[in-house]
Amino acid sequence: MTELIGTTTTAAAGITPRGRRRFSMLTRRDRVVLTLMVAVPTLIQLIFIWIPTLLSVYLSFVKWNGLGLDSIKPAGLDNYIYVFRDYPPFWPALQHNVLWLVFLALIATPIGLLLAILLDQQLRGSRVYQSVFFVPVMLSLVLIGVIWQLFYSQNNGLLNFLLGTSGTPQAVDWFGDPNINIWAALIAATWRHAGYVMILYLAGLKGVDPSLREAASLDGANAVQTFFRVIFPVMRPINIVVVVITVIESLRAFDIVYVINRGTNGLELISALVIQNLVGEGQVIGVGSALAVVLLVISLVPIIIYLSRTFKKEA
Amino acid sequence: MTTENLSAFSRVASSQLGRRAFVGGALGATTIALLAACAPGGGSGATASKTLTIGSGASDDVPKKAYAAVVAAFEKKSGDTVTTNTVAHNDFQNNINTYLQGAPDDVFTWFAGYRMRYYANKGYAADMDDVWKTIGTKLSAGFASASTGDDGKKYFVPLYNYPWGFFYRKSIWAAKGYAVPEKWDDLIKLVTKMKADGLVPISFADKDGWPAMGTFDYINMRTNGYKFHMDLTAHKESWDQQKVKDVFDNWKQLLPFQSDNALGLTWQEGAKLLGDGTAGMYLLGSFVTQQFTDPAVLADIDFFPFPEIAMEGRDAVEAPIDGLMLSKKGGTNQAARDFLAYTATGEAQDAYFAIDGSNLMSSSEFDTSKYTEFNKKLAGVISDAKSISQFFDRDALPAMANNVMIPALQSFLKDGSVDTANLEAQAKTLYAAQ
Amino acid sequence: MSAVTSSPTASSVHRNQAGSKKRPHYATHIFLTIMAIMWLIPLGWALFTSLRPKADTDKYGYFSFGGSFNFNNFIAAWNQGGFGNYFLNSVIIVIPSVILILIFASMMAFAVSRYSWRFNITLLIMFTAGNLLPPQVLAAPLFQMFKAFPLPYALSDSGNLLNTYAAVIAVNTAFQIGFCTFVLSNYMRALPQELTEAAFVDGASIWRQYWGIILPLTRPAFAALGTLQVIWIYNDFFWPLLFIQSGSKLPVTTAINNLKGVFLDNYNLLAAGAMITVIPTLIIYFVLQKQFVAGLTLGANKG
Repeated sequence: MTELIGTTTTAAAGITPRGRRRFSMLTRRDRVVLTLMVAVPTLIQLIFIWIPTLLSVYLSFVKWNGLGLDSIKPAGLDNYIYVFRDYPPFWPALQHNVLWLVFLALIATPIGLLLAILLDQQLRGSRVYQSVFFVPVMLSLVLIGVIWQLFYSQNNGLLNFLLGTSGTPQAVDWFGDPNINIWAALIAATWRHAGYVMILYLAGLKGVDPSLREAASLDGANAVQTFFRVIFPVMRPINIVVVVITVIESLRAFDIVYVINRGTNGLELISALVIQNLVGEGQVIGVGSALAVVLLVISLVPIIIYLSRTFKKEA
Repeated sequence: MTTENLSAFSRVASSQLGRRAFVGGALGATTIALLAACAPGGGSGATASKTLTIGSGASDDVPKKAYAAVVAAFEKKSGDTVTTNTVAHNDFQNNINTYLQGAPDDVFTWFAGYRMRYYANKGYAADMDDVWKTIGTKLSAGFASASTGDDGKKYFVPLYNYPWGFFYRKSIWAAKGYAVPEKWDDLIKLVTKMKADGLVPISFADKDGWPAMGTFDYINMRTNGYKFHMDLTAHKESWDQQKVKDVFDNWKQLLPFQSDNALGLTWQEGAKLLGDGTAGMYLLGSFVTQQFTDPAVLADIDFFPFPEIAMEGRDAVEAPIDGLMLSKKGGTNQAARDFLAYTATGEAQDAYFAIDGSNLMSSSEFDTSKYTEFNKKLAGVISDAKSISQFFDRDALPAMANNVMIPALQSFLKDGSVDTANLEAQAKTLYAAQ
Repeated sequence: MSAVTSSPTASSVHRNQAGSKKRPHYATHIFLTIMAIMWLIPLGWALFTSLRPKADTDKYGYFSFGGSFNFNNFIAAWNQGGFGNYFLNSVIIVIPSVILILIFASMMAFAVSRYSWRFNITLLIMFTAGNLLPPQVLAAPLFQMFKAFPLPYALSDSGNLLNTYAAVIAVNTAFQIGFCTFVLSNYMRALPQELTEAAFVDGASIWRQYWGIILPLTRPAFAALGTLQVIWIYNDFFWPLLFIQSGSKLPVTTAINNLKGVFLDNYNLLAAGAMITVIPTLIIYFVLQKQFVAGLTLGANKG
């Protein structure tokens, strides 16, 4: 392995302004290797992600009972009409998805931001605090559902005990009552999301130039003004990531409602409805795929915004 | 930007392993893991073997032990090795579609009715006419027809059935002077009296979604007749008609007398309410008696059939049949077929009943002298019935039962409202998608 | 709140002055302590319940301190739940996935960062987008595709790709390649072009450059990403739920869902089972904390 460190290359032809070599300058063998290095991952993506996505769209326009390709019948827009007009859990599920997003964005994310701000100072025990808030991020959402179930249990859970209602008829069934279980689930999700946001912002805050803060305070700005006018705008890349993560997490929220009650009775979410129609005993592939396409379209909005922002400079 | 990142990463502790050693080890681990990943996970199934696997959804304590007893007896008799994979009841049913398409066990517990024929039609089950050649004489004509698929072949071996009806505690009723209601009006008067006496008149537990279907089925059969009910479940009748609305209107009269936290209770918890005297009666299948471990309470349990309303008196009884089916893979396993044949023998059914006495066994070889008085009463209810239904989630399309009926009934229990036009719209789409 | 937010400015100014003394942040500490206690309650409650035998909680109730504390529930949960088997399944799924992901992502990142193509950006965009999709969108087609892919019974007891570890490994790999490619390509782009240029001029082949020069320098990123991927794939619930039907082949995180049905209202066993599932993640966290955090922030600190 020879490394000619310090040898500067001549500005030979074949080097792009970005310093990258043009493909055509390589030997044939190298070209093959490089092609393979790109082709294999791309093929994997193609087979397991892009083609299934297109297939999902296709399946949403057919009636199929899952057996044999010859039993696929075209159904036009029937599945979509069914989903939007006749399927009772659909609009509540959509509402719950929006609620999930709003809750995470307005409550969980600011909590994470606040924790990051507070922990960014050189406090004693900052490490300990960080660990405490961060542990839920390491847990799978299913596990979080199980742990909070022990906490929320109607007669044996700690919450009702602390409220003094455990064992009485007033004991609230936090996960069973369809009017409040979505809020109970959201709190469990916040428990995790806030820690995630905190870590991202802590990293971002570390990267903020301290002289900015100095300059602001010398100009007479108080803490709040400093933060919102000076620091927050500088953390733009982090902000974008946090926004995207919040949106994506809210669209993906599936594990936690599934483990609670499979996404029924107050905990309907679009992702859970997709699975109910595709995997559960009541399998209706066309309807499930239509729901999946709805989920896809909604997800594409933040994805496209994120990608256009991130890749704008590259193009 | 990038330099900050680079410095951050270099601060991060890096691996101390030499690169080559790491890669070598990693590749080795991957190879081993991939080979392990490819290894078969279960029995062979390509030839007749001396082993078989059973997929069981009988996860409650009593039935689980009972099945284990049957399996043990079979193993002793035949020398075959049997592995039972038990999955939680609701999960087993919910995942049946992917289970049968994926890697099902040779034999699996299931139910008779449309729910059985549905999967047979899809080709997920193996037919068992040869098994029935040996056991046909042990099972009644009713069982035989319930085990037949749409193509005329047999796909199911019944193990037992059980009636649905009202269960109550004799001593409490005697003490309070309640009488068994024969007609609907008697029932309404009775529950009114019970409520005034401080009881929860009808224990109701619909957290799992399916128990409420029992009430729907009975009110429908009593209001509109057996044939209408069966046609409705097969979607030969529309949901959007006055007859269906009448069912819900009748049911509304009972709503104030049912447990008001029904959606938060599992059926086991509903049984507890009956057992400890909080509730006056409980409409459920006779498996409810599995929950009463105190022999004094168990002896105190009695049963009366659903009162008559408008049509056909009390001729129709809901008596689901539980049994076993053969998966496509298990169809090639002779040991699996032997096991199925065995379950219809008196010996096997004795072994089962010895542990789970809450049902009525299917085989004529079963020694009915083992029945208690209570069992005999239940058996009489079924044998006297003029028509037998299987229960909504076994008579109707699975998607209709699970995706439409469960949420519709749950919302009906919440506020007494039901949108029959929407039920019909959904039914149309779902039945047509098959 | 003003007492709390006024301290940051003061301290950040002081931070940059030599010899400044730190102000005590009482209000901040109190607030953070309260929050930390609230944060620890759910996990603490689960741990507490798991340490008490069911007989004791039946006797004294769950909210008491009576009775003994021991690890019996853990042992019972391990045996009844079959955790040994589930952990093995998790390992079988996680390790090949992470290795494959890192290999493929680094290959792709290398090609994209060192050589110019027409489709560079397009590919990168598609890769990143692929990772952000909700997995439920892909569920039905992937299930049907795997069902239709025949395998000899010696390799798969279902005759097709369903109920195999390979299916879960493949989909996990595909799903995570996007994110890792993006992160690694950014990282590799920061490595000076002179390194590979020198090797190229010396006649080193592409593979040499990749394997011999770039990869060793990427080690910190691998550590960070690897840790992150191990946690994420270990925690993954959905793909095994979809593709694996045999209970005995489930990885631990999906199995815990089934255990809810098995342990029912034996909350003590359920809590113990949950704790057992948490332990590997906690171990990795405390040992590889820096890597994990670096991995999370890798994708964030760009642009």
